[in-house]
Amino acid sequence: MLDLYSPGSSILHRLAPGIKVSALMLCGSLLFLVDGLLIPSIALGFVVGLYRVAGLTMAQLWAQLRPAALLLVILFLVQGLITGWGVAVFIVLRFGVLLLLAGLVTLTTRSSDMIEAITRGLGWLRWIGVNPSKVGLAFSLALRFIPVLATLTKEVREAQKARGLERSIIAVAIPVTVRMLKMADDISDAIDARGYTP
Amino acid sequence: MIDVENVSLTLGTNEVLRDVSLKLAERRIAIIGANGSGKSSFARLLNGLLLPSKGEVRVNGMGTKKNGKDIRRKVGFVFQNPDNQIVFPVVEEDIAFGMKNLGFSKEVIAEKTKAVLTQYDMLHLMEHPAHLLSGGQKQLLAISGVLVMEPEYIVMDEPTTLLDLRNKRRVAAAIEALAQTVIMVTHDLDIIQNFDRVIAFENGKVCLDGPPSSVIQDYMDMMV
Repeated sequence: MLDLYSPGSSILHRLAPGIKVSALMLCGSLLFLVDGLLIPSIALGFVVGLYRVAGLTMAQLWAQLRPAALLLVILFLVQGLITGWGVAVFIVLRFGVLLLLAGLVTLTTRSSDMIEAITRGLGWLRWIGVNPSKVGLAFSLALRFIPVLATLTKEVREAQKARGLERSIIAVAIPVTVRMLKMADDISDAIDARGYTP
Repeated sequence: MIDVENVSLTLGTNEVLRDVSLKLAERRIAIIGANGSGKSSFARLLNGLLLPSKGEVRVNGMGTKKNGKDIRRKVGFVFQNPDNQIVFPVVEEDIAFGMKNLGFSKEVIAEKTKAVLTQYDMLHLMEHPAHLLSGGQKQLLAISGVLVMEPEYIVMDEPTTLLDLRNKRRVAAAIEALAQTVIMVTHDLDIIQNFDRVIAFENGKVCLDGPPSSVIQDYMDMMV
């Protein structure tokens, strides 16, 4: 969702985020209720078809699996050796389909639409004091600042490496925390300055 | 006009500003001063991000203490580091944020977003992730996010400090072209040569105030 949204006008792009997330949850649950290779295999074919419907490329499809590829290989080997290769294929297939489905939702949904859906979806929690607008903004900020924090951590790590402290977690964690807190102050000012009223 | 009347500001135990009185009516005003002189805190007083401990700041007659929301609509604020100002992950979403807060309709938001991005030759970046923009593009995005809120005044806190020369020139040209009154805190004396007024701060007080032709030279002499 950080930079994964792929602009388009397919039916999947136009579908309401709430429906997409509900479908993802439903499919995820169903995949864990069935046994055997048939259903997950059909689901895989179906999901690949959905990628085509959304106008997405096979490279984009692979990009959803790539970060978890090593984990899936380890899972496959461990399950294969412990419980048998048939079960290993089943488990990896099931996780793969889930990852692809989640990626499909991300690729076809703008973060602002997703946040609006979350805000609307949490409306019923107002009676226990939850402010959906604040929760939505928190999600947005989390998405926005993950790459910023990654850059900040990289900068601090490089600075500490230059001082021979690359192995010290504390030497990285303390400056990162201090800068994050300073940044949080600035962000809070920036949100105020742009007229946000919770 | 922004009227700063006998303003003092204390943050914790530190007296940051001491009895400052200014009437800001010129189209381009620069605020300069050494680090810790109080200029950034002064800028934050102008749109109510900070409230004075003593005295009053009035924007078009409205006090910042009682009219926070209205003041922030009148006075936009651009921060030094655009990374701390861009709130949403995607360019168009971030520009829309301020307008949504002001209750603009979806149609108006879409129209104004396109217009401002076209103005800065960034329309092709509308659906681009904000964190992948260059420093100059991020600062222009930050300015765009403020401009679409239609402020009468724009306060900028060192908007070119983190930029390379090319991006600095690009942002400076964008600032020069703004129709709004601009009050800019800066260390960059080059880009304020054509401003109408320069105010220098030292130890929380105004030490120089006048046209760039006289203030900049006096300030440089003072900093030796």
